Amino acid sequence: MTETTTNSGSALETKLEPTAGFSIKAFFRSPAAGAFMGFVAVFVLFSIFGYDRNFLSVPGMTTWMNFASIIGMIAIPVGFLMIAGELDISTGAVVPASTMTVAIVSQHYEMPVMVGIAAALAVGALIGFINGFIVTRTRVPSFIVTLATLFAVAGITLYLSIFFINNTNSFYHAPDWAKSLFGGKVFGFNSSVFWWLGMIAGFIFFLHYSPKGSWVFALGGDQESARNAGIPVRKMKIGLFMLCSTSAAFAGVLQVITFNSATSQANFGLIFNTIISVVVGGVLLTGGFGTVMGIVFGVLTLSIVTQAIGFTQIDRNLSFLIIGVMLLIAVLLNDTFRQLATSWSTAKKK
Amino acid sequence: MSDVKPVLELRNVDKSFGPIDVLHDISLKVGAGEVLCLLGDNGAGKSTLIKLMSGVYQPTRGDIMMDGEKITFISPRDAQERGIATVHQFGGTYPLMSIGRNFFMGAEPTKGVWPLKVFDRKTANRIAVEEVQKMGITRITDGDRLVGGLSGGERQSLAIARAVYFGARVLILDEPTAALGVKQAAHVLRIVNQAKRRGLAVIFITHQVMHAMAVGDHFAVLIRGAVAADFHKGEKTREQIADLMAGGESMAELEANIEGYMETHGGQPPPPAH
Ligand SMILES: Nc1ncnc2c1ncn2[C@@H]1O[C@H](COP(=O)(O)OP(=O)(O)OP(=O)(O)O)[C@@H](O)[C@H]1O
Ligand SMILES: [Mg+2]
Repeated sequence: MTETTTNSGSALETKLEPTAGFSIKAFFRSPAAGAFMGFVAVFVLFSIFGYDRNFLSVPGMTTWMNFASIIGMIAIPVGFLMIAGELDISTGAVVPASTMTVAIVSQHYEMPVMVGIAAALAVGALIGFINGFIVTRTRVPSFIVTLATLFAVAGITLYLSIFFINNTNSFYHAPDWAKSLFGGKVFGFNSSVFWWLGMIAGFIFFLHYSPKGSWVFALGGDQESARNAGIPVRKMKIGLFMLCSTSAAFAGVLQVITFNSATSQANFGLIFNTIISVVVGGVLLTGGFGTVMGIVFGVLTLSIVTQAIGFTQIDRNLSFLIIGVMLLIAVLLNDTFRQLATSWSTAKKK
Repeated sequence: MSDVKPVLELRNVDKSFGPIDVLHDISLKVGAGEVLCLLGDNGAGKSTLIKLMSGVYQPTRGDIMMDGEKITFISPRDAQERGIATVHQFGGTYPLMSIGRNFFMGAEPTKGVWPLKVFDRKTANRIAVEEVQKMGITRITDGDRLVGGLSGGERQSLAIARAVYFGARVLILDEPTAALGVKQAAHVLRIVNQAKRRGLAVIFITHQVMHAMAVGDHFAVLIRGAVAADFHKGEKTREQIADLMAGGESMAELEANIEGYMETHGGQPPPPAH
């Protein structure tokens, strides 16, 4: 008896079906929906309060875009790891390790700039490999593993900086071509903004279009089933950790060439900024769900609130409050959007 | 049936997890076009046994043979590449991913040329929906739907459809009918028979005597990690099989005990033995 009802129901459903494509409804089911709405809300709010304080001017735009590009190129691979069910907080030590590597190799040892960059990226890749290796071979949660490498790498960076150049800070002047490629400015936008845009395209392709993108979600959705389905769980995870640390190292390279200075101080703020961006961006903390564009909007929103508040009449001291409230609202909203995403077909049947 | 050359064979296989011995001296074989039903109580070791055959675990001792040759499955992927498809008892689907992506997980269809090869969403969705409908789940018509919105039985049917689609030589189903309605269970049994006719070797785990008898050619009963009985179709009656499945205790006796207890205790079933 139940069969007959299901069958007639499905006949109806097939008739209603051919409205796939893009639609407003589809947008609200996407993990990026909440992040996009948050971004619009913050942007509009800041435009109103910042209209006569140059929020919409070029210097206003570039301030938060330049900041966003550095956070963003790290936040997206951090988001990949979160989608895969892992966390990486060692980035706060990878960036200074990378800046010091460039300075030591290319300034003090006078090697060509490309050697310095390659060395910095190799340092990043190695740290990522160590993170991934420990996480996949032990049962220690990645939060703890990367907390340990955060401190270990920060310590090694300080120690080796003193060892090689007897200073915890350094400087580096890149040759002109490298300066304009990695640390130049176009209408006030740093090179890092353009690098970030390119990386966004690559990351979107990898996560949402390439066949391996599915595997990232499967790792966070159900790791055991992913392994049973033949997915090389360890290799994928190690690869994602390496992508994350190497991206952080690249951000360090861009920083040292842009600002001509390097520091060995761990950047703890960066850790919070990347994780807040990822969560505001609609990535599920427990893994299995998220989008690149969501993270991008998360990064942009965070950057506006923290960097552009000086271009508005809003009291600068309120920016942390706004971030805190925004984070909570985002998580609540994202829960709702996820429910919508899972149940949309049932709602459609009426 | 015994003259069929075994596709997959276990020879004196033991499996232990550290100090815990789960399987002891298992020898079993399954041939092409044959359905082996694995029966046994909860915790008897059925799932562990099929995980040895699908590359999830490696045996502690003993050999696995495929087509008469000794092999070692180094990973689930290795077993899959040799044509062994498995539906495990738990999991197998990812709630926050689409039906199409779930169906092709680990074996994604692509279009375009490297390095711009992309996941072929349309093809994946179309095949996934077709295959799931063959399992009698006609309500599923859109491959973009997230699996989290499906019922438990629909998810299980998706996992089974996937294994049937990818299984080239051996199909292993661990309690595939557990979450299914009467109609869908019948579909699964029909699919098992189809797979058998296509010449696949099928290993089928169930707790339901009727399902076992409907498809099984060959039965093996596990009791506490050892093969307690190994017989062919028609060699034992339904009652005998049921008794073996209950771990060797007589079901008729158990039922009579419970009935007797309920009569004297105002319809209350007895409390569990321990
Ligand atoms: N990874 C493991 N480590 C330790 N013990 C295990 C492990 N996997 C299974 N076991 C033990 O092996 C025994 C058999 O488990 P198994 O899952 O194979 O049983 P089963 O026959 O499939 O039972 P069911 O009918 O409930 O599915 C159980 O006692 C279980 O506790
Ligand atoms: Mg089992």
